[in-house]
Amino acid sequence: MISKNESFSDALSAEKKVVFVAKKDLPALFDSLWTNGFRILGPTLGEGAIVYEELNGVGDLPIGWTDEQEGATYRLKKRDDEALFGYNVGPHTWKKFLFPPKHRLWSAEASTNGLEITEEKQVIQKFAFIGVRACELKAILIQDKVFLGGEHVDPVYHARREDALLIAVNCTQAGKTCFCVSMDAGPRAESGFDLCLTEVLKEGEHYFIVEIGSAQGAEIMANVPHSNETREAEKAIQTITAKTAKQMGRVMDTENIQSLLQDNFDHPRWDDVASRCLTCANCTMACPTCFCSTVEDVTDITGDHAERWRQWDSCFTLDFTYMNHGHARTSAQSRYRQWMTHKLSAWFDQFGTSGCVGCGRCITWCPVAIDITEEVSAIRENQTAAKPTSS
Amino acid sequence: MSESLANPLLPAPYRVLRNQRNTHDVFTLDVEPVKKGNSPLFSPGQFNMLYIFGKGDAAISISGDPTKEQPLRHTIRRAGVVTQALEQVKPGGVLGIRGPFGVPWPVKEAEGQDVLLVAGGIGLAPLRPAMYTLLANRDKYGRIALFYGARTPEDLLYLSDLEQWRGRFDLQVCVSVDTAKRNWMGDVGVVTKLIAKASFDPSNTVALVCGPEIMMRFSVQELKKNEIKSGNIFLSMERNMKCAVGFCGHCQYGPHFICKDGPVFRYDQVQSLLGKREV
Amino acid sequence: MELLEKILVQHPFLKDLEQKYVQLMVGCASNVRFDSGTFIYREGDEANYFYILRAGKVALEIHDGGRETITIETLGEGDVLGWAWLVPPYRRHADAQALELTRAIALDGKCLRDKCRDDHNLGYELMMRIVPLITHQLQATQLQLMDVYGVKK
Ligand SMILES: Cc1cc2nc3c(=O)[nH]c(=O)nc-3n(C[C@H](O)[C@H](O)[C@H](O)COP(=O)(O)OP(=O)(O)OC[C@H]3O[C@@H](n4cnc5c(N)ncnc54)[C@H](O)[C@@H]3O)c2cc1C
Ligand code: SF4
Ligand code: SF4
Ligand code: FES
Repeated sequence: MISKNESFSDALSAEKKVVFVAKKDLPALFDSLWTNGFRILGPTLGEGAIVYEELNGVGDLPIGWTDEQEGATYRLKKRDDEALFGYNVGPHTWKKFLFPPKHRLWSAEASTNGLEITEEKQVIQKFAFIGVRACELKAILIQDKVFLGGEHVDPVYHARREDALLIAVNCTQAGKTCFCVSMDAGPRAESGFDLCLTEVLKEGEHYFIVEIGSAQGAEIMANVPHSNETREAEKAIQTITAKTAKQMGRVMDTENIQSLLQDNFDHPRWDDVASRCLTCANCTMACPTCFCSTVEDVTDITGDHAERWRQWDSCFTLDFTYMNHGHARTSAQSRYRQWMTHKLSAWFDQFGTSGCVGCGRCITWCPVAIDITEEVSAIRENQTAAKPTSS
Repeated sequence: MSESLANPLLPAPYRVLRNQRNTHDVFTLDVEPVKKGNSPLFSPGQFNMLYIFGKGDAAISISGDPTKEQPLRHTIRRAGVVTQALEQVKPGGVLGIRGPFGVPWPVKEAEGQDVLLVAGGIGLAPLRPAMYTLLANRDKYGRIALFYGARTPEDLLYLSDLEQWRGRFDLQVCVSVDTAKRNWMGDVGVVTKLIAKASFDPSNTVALVCGPEIMMRFSVQELKKNEIKSGNIFLSMERNMKCAVGFCGHCQYGPHFICKDGPVFRYDQVQSLLGKREV
Repeated sequence: MELLEKILVQHPFLKDLEQKYVQLMVGCASNVRFDSGTFIYREGDEANYFYILRAGKVALEIHDGGRETITIETLGEGDVLGWAWLVPPYRRHADAQALELTRAIALDGKCLRDKCRDDHNLGYELMMRIVPLITHQLQATQLQLMDVYGVKK
């Protein structure tokens, strides 16, 4: 939740308090959210994966399920316990709620008197996201910079983000394509949340350590039975997330990464990756920080009514750089290079942060298993000779 | 965050007052807001997004005189869907306009220096407001020169402005076309050739360059050859644009968003990208 | 003679050329003027002269039989005209027409070639001045060929 006069990052680092909630009391959290007018969105089983949809109760969570991921591979698997959050991230991201894949921006009527343009009314949404991973939390804060942090504010994103309540979950295990540790984005959610849950299943006990990150979070917790004893909660969270951190399936060496990519514009690896890349744009659709969009102007049959729709777009498409005298990026090399260089280098120039949070989705959902961490090491290991800088 | 944020994605209706032909494929639209009130102030080099009913947006620089109260003016070359539709608009027709957007020419910063304007083709349109501003404050600048290249004499824009500017003693105007028929008495050859012939003080000269990317690259080479500093050369860049406010990602050029960090860039900001392919 | 030498020394093309070489060149030089409309040479002509332009304007033109004549470049004060004297078979590849009263120093191509053969240092000095002109012209031609201001159809 973003409170009015605070910046996004401050807002959520309010006094931090830790409480314990038994698993049996989790429905009370859902009730409290509903009472406060929130729609609850979170993980559930669907499309053969764990996806993000509206939840109608704790029972909708993927109880007892986990995922197995690798390059180009995602598989659901039964766990041998009843964990509610015992998996990593799936094909969906929270951006589908904050920045819907396709939405109308405005409508226009051609009248005798000319043209009337009507803004799409943005209703402030009360979304409660439950199960936001550390990497995803960071991704949301990154998209905040894109859509809210500049001179102009995106009205669509703003209306959905303004009152969104973020309930994070600390990862108790890492996936084979995860590398949040390298990107300084996890596995522990450090800030930016209203509430953060750490799920504990131990010696027959099943409970959540709940960190309260904001006043709104505290308000929600007021109606949820909990115990205040702080039985070394901090230590428990640290132990759990430290274990997760050791399980990272991937690593990326980010030292000087900004200049590394800038300086290797002509690296032969771009040809290599282009020979594999299908320019299918899956990675950009799955990525929680990718924000590119395009617009489409439509008219109805009478020709008097027109609408502008905005939808997700990808720098992997040829049309992305169309100009009437030609396309700026025609080759697959140049498009992959654009994507990766933007993520890991240009993003720093533009938004003061990396554009990658190490969630691994682009690796898992790439049909040919192209791996951003592997591409970085390939470039790093065999850098093109340093060229003299021209004046 | 304030609740009444202006929506940068929403066009406002503007009525077309005049649609004037400049050349066989270039025309100039004068527009004013339908809702009474003045046209927004703009700085030389800024652009608007012009929407025509049902078709889409095109980024078009403002080509009028920022020092005068006059309708908002855009000089447009017919290219594809949107610009073809714009060409057909009659006075009284209504467009949607968003803007003005973008970083302007450093006209103020150039005070006290010699100023060279290097224009190629439709690139004269975004430079014209800069010229108007320079001339309105003539005593604040040293020498001023315009180098303007076009394809053929028939493609030259703003003939009456050119004539007027040529008539001034405090302004050097050099026009060159790539090819011409026999009846053309002016210069033939690429615009870059003109630069060498101008007189200016390289250590105290600002150059504003606008035209096709290749023409700008060659012009920069020529300016550098004449010892103008990289930090004093400015270019207006062009890329596909959808939003014009940094949301859609289309206009990215290396680390830059051309819509909000540009379109005007100092040469040293884009130097490392300019010669590269498929940035 | 003295006058020719003075003019040559001041022309940008021969900037900083040592005096002894200028003097050598004077031996091949003569003062010329062309009235507006005069053809200085025509395509296919033997390239006997090389012109150092002092004032006026010259158009390089080409035509392809039926079609209209196209001007591909104009030259004026400070420019030089026609380097075909240097390259066998020493033939003109365009028409050069004075568009206004044009004054120039004409340098006899054969005379210059002989002098360059006798004194390679002079040859070198001239080469170092002509090659950049040719490169420059090449780049300009590239730009023109690209038709950079045209709309892609
Ligand atoms: C900052 C800026 C200023 C400009 N100023 C002028 C100007 O003053 N006068 C002028 O005639 N032209 C200008 N242009 C170019 C103009 O935007 C394009 O010619 C125009 O978008 C073509 O649109 P279209 O629909 O007619 O062409 P189509 O070929 O049908 O293009 C379809 C769409 O692609 C995009 N697009 C195509 N070409 C370009 C392009 N060159 N640049 C950006 N987007 C493009 C647009 O969204 C366009 O609507 C400017 C471009 C930029 C980026
Ligand atoms: S680039 Fe890949 S790993 Fe990084 S945030 Fe995007 S999807 Fe996740
Ligand atoms: S990248 Fe880190 S925070 Fe994200 S799912 Fe994997 S372990 Fe969790
Ligand atoms: S035009 Fe959309 S980001 Fe620049």
